[in-house]
Amino acid sequence: MSPSEQTHHFRRLVAIWTALSVVADVVFYFAVGPHVPPGAMTTSASGQQTDFIVLFMIALPVMLAVWVYMAYALIVWRGSGAGADDPEGGAKARGHLGIQVGWIATTTVIVLGVFVYGTVELIVPAGAGGGEGPSPIWTPASHDVLPIQVIGQQWQFTYRYPTFGGFETRQLMLPVDTPIAFHVTSLDVIHSFWAYQLGVKADANPSSDNIAFTTAKQLGAFTVRCSELCGLWHGAMYNFGRVLPKAQFFAWAQSTERQNAANTKLLPAFSYTYVPDANGADGGYYPDNVDPYSNVEQYGATTPSGK
Amino acid sequence: MALDMRASIGAENVGGTPPPRTSIRRRPGWLGPHVGRALAGAVGGYAFGHWVGNLIAAGYINVQGNGQNDVATVLGLSIGVVGWLAGAGMLDYPLARIVGREPLPPTPSKSWTRYFGPALDHKVIGLQYAVVVLLFFFTGGLLAMAIRTELLSPTSHVLGPGTYISVVGEHGTIMMMMASSIVIGPLGNWLVPLMIGSRRMAFPRVEAFSLWIFAAGYLVILTALPLGGFPTGWTGYAPLQTQAGAGMDAYLVGFAVIGIGMICAGFNLAVTIINYRAPGMSWGRVPIFVWSILATAALLTLATPTLVAAGLFGVLDRTAQTAFYVNEHGGSSYLWQNLFWFFGHPEVYIMALPGFGIVAEILPVFTRKPLFGYRVAAAGMIGVALLSFFVWQHHLFQSGINPDMRPLFMLTTELISIPTGFIFLVGLGTLWKSKIRYEVPMLFALGMFFNFLIGGISGVFLSDVPVDVTVHGSFFVLAHFHYTIMGGLVFAFFGGLYYWLPKMTGKTLSRRLGKWHFWTMFIFFNLTFFPLFFVGLLGQPRRVFEYAQNLQVWNDFSSVSAFCLGASFVIFVVNFVWSIFIDPRPAPPNPWHSLGLEWQTPTPVPPYNFTRIPVVLADPYHYSRTDPKPVADLGPRTLVLAGTVPPGTSEAVGTDVTGEEGSADPRPPIA
Repeated sequence: MSPSEQTHHFRRLVAIWTALSVVADVVFYFAVGPHVPPGAMTTSASGQQTDFIVLFMIALPVMLAVWVYMAYALIVWRGSGAGADDPEGGAKARGHLGIQVGWIATTTVIVLGVFVYGTVELIVPAGAGGGEGPSPIWTPASHDVLPIQVIGQQWQFTYRYPTFGGFETRQLMLPVDTPIAFHVTSLDVIHSFWAYQLGVKADANPSSDNIAFTTAKQLGAFTVRCSELCGLWHGAMYNFGRVLPKAQFFAWAQSTERQNAANTKLLPAFSYTYVPDANGADGGYYPDNVDPYSNVEQYGATTPSGK
Repeated sequence: MALDMRASIGAENVGGTPPPRTSIRRRPGWLGPHVGRALAGAVGGYAFGHWVGNLIAAGYINVQGNGQNDVATVLGLSIGVVGWLAGAGMLDYPLARIVGREPLPPTPSKSWTRYFGPALDHKVIGLQYAVVVLLFFFTGGLLAMAIRTELLSPTSHVLGPGTYISVVGEHGTIMMMMASSIVIGPLGNWLVPLMIGSRRMAFPRVEAFSLWIFAAGYLVILTALPLGGFPTGWTGYAPLQTQAGAGMDAYLVGFAVIGIGMICAGFNLAVTIINYRAPGMSWGRVPIFVWSILATAALLTLATPTLVAAGLFGVLDRTAQTAFYVNEHGGSSYLWQNLFWFFGHPEVYIMALPGFGIVAEILPVFTRKPLFGYRVAAAGMIGVALLSFFVWQHHLFQSGINPDMRPLFMLTTELISIPTGFIFLVGLGTLWKSKIRYEVPMLFALGMFFNFLIGGISGVFLSDVPVDVTVHGSFFVLAHFHYTIMGGLVFAFFGGLYYWLPKMTGKTLSRRLGKWHFWTMFIFFNLTFFPLFFVGLLGQPRRVFEYAQNLQVWNDFSSVSAFCLGASFVIFVVNFVWSIFIDPRPAPPNPWHSLGLEWQTPTPVPPYNFTRIPVVLADPYHYSRTDPKPVADLGPRTLVLAGTVPPGTSEAVGTDVTGEEGSADPRPPIA
């Protein structure tokens, strides 16, 4: 194969690829970009959206490169029946140092670039809405953070507001423009708190406080679903929430605190983790109201009914 | 002769000692070891184990009032597996040696019944594996059809919630366990000795053992269904695992059993490749498929013990009331996650690497060009295998792990995409200015490239932590791994089957049916799984039976395509059964005109593979020369081995096993 033939194929491929990549990236950015999940309702959601758009705009040319090349090869270099066993390529077809080095270098640069960008996108929006465990590193700049506890259990999510007396509700109300810290825990098995439009996802592990941050920027409703298989009704474990203006949120919180005061007294004292009782995952093995780490262990649990 | 191999091939009276006493009387016909006797052993063993469990742990129940004794279930399953192995004749040799006697070797048989019992010929075991693996695959596929039926409607339900998650878990577990063995078994065991010029695997009995224990594992996992199913999905997260019913015991015991099979298959292949290469086969001449199997074998041997340990802890938690995974007693629900994924991530590369090896073997044959960048391909496979141990926490990004671990694992996960990408460099380079023949294996190889690209790129999205917050635990992940494992490995496997079955069975498969199979499988596979990327991005989590109303159109489209995908396999089964049993046409010894060493044997391949151990002269990729060097000298002379006479001269003593000049030993190498 002569060098001019090689360049001829190569130039054609580069031309087709460049044209397609530019068109695809532009179309994607303008037509699809604003609609990329999870939307821009919160700082974490819009950070994830931007990250997805950037990654896709890098991925599109990469995928197009392979597809354009393959389509070209499969059409231009198909062999016909007669002479199909004749050799091709010559001795030089076993490898080419320049191409190999070039490929490795290009992929390495792309990968490292994506890594740096991803890390920045993770750190800047205070952890990008993902659960950071009990000692988060990337926290919101402001100190005025509203803590909300998310309790996952088989099979519902409930929410407790420690700054309002620790009342518990099944509807998640949030104030807009306020940094929020979700403290996600579980009473029994592993669940995962996924507030879709908020761009928050944090696993609910028993005896564990998993903290995720976000700040809502827009008003509106959002869905919460469990995204870690937790048993029978995992598929039915969802509820809804709302982002409210600040004044409305405080009004709601204070009135709910007042209305629920009698119920709140009956709940366990607010804590960032809870040890399950006889109704939890251990199914009655550990007796109620006994500290499992204490020296005095009483085996032979009481039944849930207390008999 | 340089090495006196007579003892190892069963030549009698080596050294003149009297033959030792044999034990284990050979039983005739139906009472000999075979699959029927194995089943009887399994049932008897289960009954016995269950009874012993009830005896030693009378009254122990995991959850108050449910009457379920996990000790009985675990012991029943474990002793059932032992019974299965005993029935299959796997315990004959170790038991005989323990009491100091020589076991009788199996009578070499030529009839078709030899496929139903234990065998020592790696080719028989390879075909047995092929049947077993296809059985796993179709079972898992039927379960997938059940899943897609349930997901046709977001609100009306075909299966109850418990049944649904049990079906999901069974589908996942059977497919993952099948996929671990899908290439190692039928193709790895069948091909590797032939490709390296060996007569046998390093440990033929271990090879048979790994096959039979894989089959036992499949039965154990299936037993989970009548035991009530398990609610955790194939990932088995504690503490849901600790809380679950008796089906969970089947999952844990099944994993341990399959894990043992994987470890055995792994080290067997690794030792064979390292030690049994024919003279002249330097590492630079080893076929690329063998490199992929070597990398896979390393992962099988090193990663699987963690799974066996994790499963053991789970069993202990559920029976002996330990607290490995129970938070309240000082254990940790994170422990299972970490142990499982430490195995789980190398596991998915166990699945991906052999697929790379197969397509790298197929491409040169049907492009008539050497493999481009052979060393890069081999290095990529070793690199992937090494790096795969350092990425597992990307499954745990949102679980509350130490936050500064996340950029670290994001980096390692993204770095692993570099060696993974080498297969594309090699494939695309091989296609450059080639002469492509669109035979069925080539179509599957090309389909693999198309699918794996989508799967791999979606993996880069998942490795990026902010995007992972959006898509973790959703159908996006599901689409990603179906594209890589099914789109990658399963397509490559079927390509490999179409490519090597003419050599393995001596029969030609129908080309027309093969092309029909490919096109229906390829089109419907993409139609099934591509919408699932969007379904996940739009908020549907995994393993749910209720989803948002506005996603029903996507789900229905995917479900109908899935049914068509399932139907496409009927074409394969029809082709397979028709071409091999009903209207067989003999295949020529080298229908694809391949230069590979395995194709230089006659069809059907004799039990001892090569009349004389070949001397390898070149790698099998010299397609670009008009007179390619033969890949090996199949009739070498001893003096070549002694190094005093170059090949091709007229002095002669044969290197056949009896040491006599010019005669071939017709006895099988393992008598």
